[in-house]
Amino acid sequence: MRKFVSPARNLAFGLAGTFLFAAALVVAPPQAVGKADQIKAQSWSFSAPFGMYDRGQLQRGYKVYKQVCAACHGLRLVRFRNLGEPGGPEFSAAAVKALAAEAEVQDGPNDDGEMFTRSGRPSDAFVSPFANVNAARAANNGAYPPDLSVMAKARVGGPDYLYALLTGYKKAPGDMKVGEGMSYNPVFTGGQIAMASPLDADSVEYTDGTPQILENYAKDVSAFLMWTAEPKLEERHKLGFRFMIYLFILAGFLYMAKRRVWARLKH
Amino acid sequence: MAHASSYKPNTAIAKWFDVRLPIMRLMHDQLQDFPTPRNLNYLWTFGGILTFFLVVQLATGIVLAMHYVPHESMAFDSVERIMRDVNWGWLLRYMHSNGASMFFLAVYIHIARGMYYGSYKAPREVLWVLGVFLFLAMMATAFMGYSLVWGQMSFWAVTVITNLFSSLDSIVPGLGTTVVQWIWGGFAVGGPTLTRLFSLHYLLPFVIVGLVILHIWALHVPGNNNPTGIDIKTKSDAVPFHPYYTLKDAYALCLFVILFMGFVFYAPNFLGDPVNYEQADPLQTPPHIVPEWYFLPFYAILRAIPDKLFGVIAFAGSIGLLAFLPWLDTSKVRSTRYRPIYKWFFALFIIVVLALGYLGAKPAEGVYLLFSRIGTALYFGHLLVVLPVLGWFEKPSAMPGSITDDVLGKGSGGSRPSAASASPGRR
Repeated sequence: MRKFVSPARNLAFGLAGTFLFAAALVVAPPQAVGKADQIKAQSWSFSAPFGMYDRGQLQRGYKVYKQVCAACHGLRLVRFRNLGEPGGPEFSAAAVKALAAEAEVQDGPNDDGEMFTRSGRPSDAFVSPFANVNAARAANNGAYPPDLSVMAKARVGGPDYLYALLTGYKKAPGDMKVGEGMSYNPVFTGGQIAMASPLDADSVEYTDGTPQILENYAKDVSAFLMWTAEPKLEERHKLGFRFMIYLFILAGFLYMAKRRVWARLKH
Repeated sequence: MAHASSYKPNTAIAKWFDVRLPIMRLMHDQLQDFPTPRNLNYLWTFGGILTFFLVVQLATGIVLAMHYVPHESMAFDSVERIMRDVNWGWLLRYMHSNGASMFFLAVYIHIARGMYYGSYKAPREVLWVLGVFLFLAMMATAFMGYSLVWGQMSFWAVTVITNLFSSLDSIVPGLGTTVVQWIWGGFAVGGPTLTRLFSLHYLLPFVIVGLVILHIWALHVPGNNNPTGIDIKTKSDAVPFHPYYTLKDAYALCLFVILFMGFVFYAPNFLGDPVNYEQADPLQTPPHIVPEWYFLPFYAILRAIPDKLFGVIAFAGSIGLLAFLPWLDTSKVRSTRYRPIYKWFFALFIIVVLALGYLGAKPAEGVYLLFSRIGTALYFGHLLVVLPVLGWFEKPSAMPGSITDDVLGKGSGGSRPSAASASPGRR
């Protein structure tokens, strides 16, 4: 027979059980979409529990997106005003207005019943480069360049995957036949991707002194796309910290109260 | 547990109510004064944790439904609008999605605890069967909720699961197809399917609330089981629910909420499938259709059977059989603690379920399929062979005479509890 079971032991077993169970779940992650061995974890300013975005990086990333990716890929869930909101690239109000004004937005109907185009306002969403999927396919050799708004959450590895993909273009191995208009990229499922390597050194001008190399472009645009996918990450990390402090203190008080009450009993 | 009411209405209004609707008396007798075994361990805190998560899911869900648009071309973007433009929308949605996962984590621990300590045995059969119904209602609700995101995995999960009904075609030709089209509201999964899933996703949680009330009622007639499986015999075996278990439950709940909020704030998408961040596309099937983690063991069983109809039967049976546990288990001893052989079978059962969960996430081919089949055989073997047969010849180990004896370390049938334990009611 057991003589005395300390609550601490019970608790330790309970917690260990809970975490073992959680760990068991981790063992069964969903199937990797890309080739996992090709995706290496990068160091991101936002990945740690207290991590925040790097404003400069997001601003550079926006520039890369705008000058390169935006030719084919939309960001339909992002609005220009988001570019100036806290926790993002935090462009100034004037800059947001100017960036929005670069876009041509369809509006209407006007009083004559006609649709018309006007320059964008901060409240407008990013304008997708193609009117619909068919138009996108027609212009891209049958391939559809997906909208990138939440792409950083839609792939195993997230921004690590995006970085690996953008820097993963290689010369195809001799025994592999790469299709017409396709490029070899071992990170992409199947190894063949319809998108030609989009980034080259010096293809986008950086004004803050960051070296204009492929790795920086890839990293900055991946971070930017992480922000478009998760614009509230900073708010989440900040609130989480306060919440956790509160919960740990509460747990401490509850434990003391529980012990005090149970001390009346032999157990 | 039926016990004499110790409630004394003190104020005029309390007296007025007590002869009309004695709700204060109910609260006092059932939530405050309720005699509860003094030896419950932390595994018994999961009932309270589950109640908490039901409330979390209802509260967050009702607000989310105010912003969500159940339309095939707008649903996905409306979820993203909640994440971006609704005040605290990201928090509500991540709490709701991770809350579902925590709900299942808690319910699996709760079920495993019931199985280990024989909490389903007489006189708690109705309590247990209601629990199985609750589990089923939870699964249906979670499945429907997951579909509302209308991402790729939502869409294809709905397609796969609703298509299971087409296996009825092999019994009555045409029946399955008819049923499936009736569920879809058309000839394929689409807008009408989404609206009805939304409607039912809002309805079922209230069915769960009703079942929870019955579940707690059925608990409060025989009272709690406990780690020894021995009934409360004397006053010293029990303590009043408040403050002993209100505090213990609150402490355990707080720890569990730390785990929950850890996911919400620091890994909100860890338990979800990335593919569901792609909008549903009926023309493009994802390479692997995988359900959320909490369905994986049952999904593995479904795929382990080569025949579609029998696969569906095994799938339904793997959950439905649980309802018959009180009658399948022939052992008179409740707690596995005193069942030296069953102990090992129980451990094996847990390992089998975890392994099936792992296999459910893997493609159904080669060695994975082989192990899924072995796991399925072991799962049903446990319920249909081990439980009925083992009870006949297993010799239980020595049991303490009472809960108090167990707590105070007296041998079986030991002497009177010491004085220190005699006043559990003192406050």
